[in-house]
Amino acid sequence: MSIFLNAGSKVIVQGMTGSEGSKHTRRMLAAGTDVVGGVNARKAGQSVDFDGISRTVFGSVEEAVKETGADVSVVFVPPAFAKDAVLEAVDAEMPLVVVITEGIPVHDTAGFVAAAQASGSTRVVGPNCPGVITPGESNAGIIPADITGSGRIGLVSKSGTLTYQLMYELRDIGFSTCVGIGGDPIIGSTHIDCLRAFQADPDTDAVIMVGEIGGDAEERAAEFIAAEMTKPVVGYVAGFTAPEGKTMGHAGAIVSGSSGTAEAKKTALEAAGVRVGKTPSETARVMRELVESL
Amino acid sequence: MEYQAKQLFARHDVPVTLGIVATTPDEARAAAEQLGGRVVVKAQVKAGGRGKAGGVKLADDPDAAAARADDILGMQIKGLTVERVLVTPTADIAEEYYFSFLVDRANRAYLCIASVSGGVEIEEVARTDPDAVTKVSIDPGTGVDEAMAREIVALAKFPDEVAEQAVDMVQQLWEVFIEEDASLVEVNPLARLAGDKLEALDGKVTIDGNADFRHEDHAEFEDTSAGDPLEAHAKEKDLNYVKLDGSVGIIGNGAGLVMSTLDVVAYAGEDFPGEDGRGQAPANFLDIGGGASAQVMADGLHIVLSDPQVRTVFVNVFGGITACDEVANGIVNALELLGDEADKPLVVRLDGNNVEEGQRILEEANHPLVTRVDTMDGAARRAAELAAS
Repeated sequence: MSIFLNAGSKVIVQGMTGSEGSKHTRRMLAAGTDVVGGVNARKAGQSVDFDGISRTVFGSVEEAVKETGADVSVVFVPPAFAKDAVLEAVDAEMPLVVVITEGIPVHDTAGFVAAAQASGSTRVVGPNCPGVITPGESNAGIIPADITGSGRIGLVSKSGTLTYQLMYELRDIGFSTCVGIGGDPIIGSTHIDCLRAFQADPDTDAVIMVGEIGGDAEERAAEFIAAEMTKPVVGYVAGFTAPEGKTMGHAGAIVSGSSGTAEAKKTALEAAGVRVGKTPSETARVMRELVESL
Repeated sequence: MEYQAKQLFARHDVPVTLGIVATTPDEARAAAEQLGGRVVVKAQVKAGGRGKAGGVKLADDPDAAAARADDILGMQIKGLTVERVLVTPTADIAEEYYFSFLVDRANRAYLCIASVSGGVEIEEVARTDPDAVTKVSIDPGTGVDEAMAREIVALAKFPDEVAEQAVDMVQQLWEVFIEEDASLVEVNPLARLAGDKLEALDGKVTIDGNADFRHEDHAEFEDTSAGDPLEAHAKEKDLNYVKLDGSVGIIGNGAGLVMSTLDVVAYAGEDFPGEDGRGQAPANFLDIGGGASAQVMADGLHIVLSDPQVRTVFVNVFGGITACDEVANGIVNALELLGDEADKPLVVRLDGNNVEEGQRILEEANHPLVTRVDTMDGAARRAAELAAS
């Protein structure tokens, strides 16, 4: 078991023929992901070869679903066309849509996230995220598959490389599922959505939650943890030294006035009983001790 | 800035008085002559609290306008130098209101905030009398139509005399928010002038840079004057760089990892105070992204090394998609490209895919400035120590 993604997941790639899309489709296949096809209206009917594995390009998500039974779509479509691509997947009632694309206008994201919520049938992860990986089973996105093994820790993070760092430091213990939720102001799945899923997943024993400055998602996650989580959570927050009013790389990573600070997030998480590491390595160490004591 | 926000408002028929922008006292005098009568001279910087900082002054005649502009131009407001002023006619204000549309991260929707109790001090009002501030969540799927605008105006209790105007204005401001791809549209104060006329007296619009591809005209609103020359240079090179105040230059891949690197350096730096007694601290944020090619690494090093405050550079890369051997080659080649320009110690920490090969490449290159440290915490400590010595 795992959350959102498993060995049985059938994945299509929207934007499979683009440079990023094809590069990562090859990597996903190499990681054992069941990539069943791609979508590009202008290249419908063609097929693409990935080191001897041939995959069909469908004209629409609906057609791809009908032909392959796909239940996950990974979106690499450029920002200007990303909204239409996600809406197409929502219309096709795709259960999981992982949006890798960086730089989507926030109004477009607000539009497709609202549509997905209204549909009741689609979960969006991202945008501007590294995706979802269930190590050893399936990889939907751009997370390097070979830096960790499968195990019983769940991980949810706003940051890509910090996710990789923690996955790597705990590679011997391994992960059930790692979800990069993305650093944009509006995202399809939040920390809370993922924590709830990990709490319900029988194959996850403990969860690492990585946050960063900006917004109050971590504070709200802390409330959720205090009220509803029985599994232990270890936290890490980046951006204690970030100056006020400056965007730190991620569009959503900004301290505005006195809100969105790392200190406030750490305090809220600790009040909810979460052990918060001072550095990524310390966070990994805390999780290691915790898992060994279970 | 205010004058730019007003230009955007005017495009969408929001009632506004544009005024005249001046960059010298003489221009301010000419502007006041053209407008006639008493004028207001207002500093144009991207910061709140301009009035409190002395950046907004009344002038009775053109000479006074020139004198006030002379006072205001060049002054510092929240670290920003005032390079232009806006000269506007004085307004006969009966009441001041507040209105905004913004992206509501928490609810993954939009939020409208309106208040008829006081404009400028809205944060104070929100604290002391929260009931006087109306918040309405807007579903991005349906947006604001006339019926929604009426609902907002009724909930915020705009006075009857101006309610119809307010309904129009809410829709016009919604148009600014959506059609200009703004993440924030704020009118503060929204003034009820003598004769019950509503007008946006001051405002702020935050434009979403991700949407520039569909707004060629937004280039004119881009803030090129803003602040730091190194940040401007980095922007030209498409590098994600923020200047900070410390001595340890930082280069890393991925926004989260770089933010984390700053923190780890600041913790380590506490043990290595400089001559002023303060601990060593990060000099900048620089995310070179996933690729970490030699050219990007060279561009990044060039910018970090040209900061005179920098005493050491900490290169912190996790090799995921780009494996450590490629990153190591990038560093070696970047140092070659830079030649003598690279003159400060580099502490390099690589981890992740192919880390052994990456370490071997660095070892073989044996560059005199490069120190390898295996862990992020250890490397941060070493970088801070070198910066203090």
